[in-house]
Amino acid sequence: MNAIDVIVTLLGVLLVFLVLPLVVGQTEHKVMAHMQGRVGPMYAGGFHGWAQLVADGVKFAQKEDVVPDGADRRIFQLAPAVALLPYLIVLVAIPFAPGGGVGQAIDAGIFFVLAVMGAGVLGTLMGGWASANKFGLLGGLRTAAQLLAYELPMLLTAASVAMAAGTVSLTGILDGFEWWWIPWQIVGAFVFFTAGLAELQRPPFDAPIADSEIIFGAYTEYSGLRFALFMLAEYAGIVVLCGLTTVLFLGGWHGPFSDSVGWLWTLLKTAVLAFGVIWLRVTYPRLREDQIQRFAWTVLIPLALAQIALTGIVKVVI
Amino acid sequence: MQYFHGYSVVGLVAVLGLLFVGVSFTAGRLLRPYVPTPEKLLTYECGVDPVGEGWAHTQVRYYVYAFLYVIFAVDSIFLFPWATVFATEGYGGTTLVEMFVFLGFLAVGILYAWKKGVLEWT
Repeated sequence: MNAIDVIVTLLGVLLVFLVLPLVVGQTEHKVMAHMQGRVGPMYAGGFHGWAQLVADGVKFAQKEDVVPDGADRRIFQLAPAVALLPYLIVLVAIPFAPGGGVGQAIDAGIFFVLAVMGAGVLGTLMGGWASANKFGLLGGLRTAAQLLAYELPMLLTAASVAMAAGTVSLTGILDGFEWWWIPWQIVGAFVFFTAGLAELQRPPFDAPIADSEIIFGAYTEYSGLRFALFMLAEYAGIVVLCGLTTVLFLGGWHGPFSDSVGWLWTLLKTAVLAFGVIWLRVTYPRLREDQIQRFAWTVLIPLALAQIALTGIVKVVI
Repeated sequence: MQYFHGYSVVGLVAVLGLLFVGVSFTAGRLLRPYVPTPEKLLTYECGVDPVGEGWAHTQVRYYVYAFLYVIFAVDSIFLFPWATVFATEGYGGTTLVEMFVFLGFLAVGILYAWKKGVLEWT
């Protein structure tokens, strides 16, 4: 790999990182609106408000960035970056097309992506603590508790896929993929996706930022650009989670004519999952904090263990 | 050498990310107004003056259960190296039994914690 390849990879990752989350965000505006009998943004950009998030970005950049007097200033200011960067780094390891269609193939792929994704939550925790705000503190602690509860089912189901493929490399998993893995790993897919949603604090698992109880949780004191970066992190997280679920459980680029349009399959499956994420937000009421915890430990973890047992039996018997 | 090459690209992406954040923070500083007032810099508490400190004492009821998480997460990490070899020639049935022993330990651990009331929140 020469210097030009590396530069193309870097620019590609940055482009995907800046475009796809905005596409998901805009889709959320419109899809939510239509599901609720509204039309959503119609003005910005002219055509169906396509430039709404660009306009939002311009607004955020012009707003004053208030750091409360009582806050731990440096940590408070750094937190959005810590929340955002892990998702950028994860993107480089997600394969999107056959034959080396990946930013950078990493041998310990599953390990790498799960470890780096877990670090993103630190940003929220830092922000919540450094705000010196009671709502921020509560939100941060809820975030941490949610990470503790949902990281485990995620790890276990990812291990189930690694068992099925006999490798922990993401490209290796896709090379070994057969169509019947989808029904075989369907429980794992459900657990992984749900746990991912909870780690991203997306509804119905958004108790850490429940506006009706604790204002906006860890992000209560944030304004302007730093708030925008937290929002970007949330949508980048959706893209990464849907992309990973696609790669691990839905066969990634596999599909008809995958040699030429494999990347399109990846994109399509990711988009369908992202639509599901938005749909869930509109459909389900927010779970209470204890319900969230109980759901992880008494439903998802037993299901994940059962999936591992099933994977092991099928793999050894066949 | 090839092994580390992959991570050098990852490192470059991290540097790119830092640049992105640095540039946007600097640009933000140039673009936005800065008009601090004492009221604006007050900690937000629904409009009234904040009571006490923000770093309030709360009951850390997640303590035991954070331990539970650490134990299980470390356990499940061991699944990954095992997952890559368990179905290869010469393992087969034995490793499968081992897996059930392992899962049995995890399940008993959860059941024990459950019985001890660690998994109750109300």
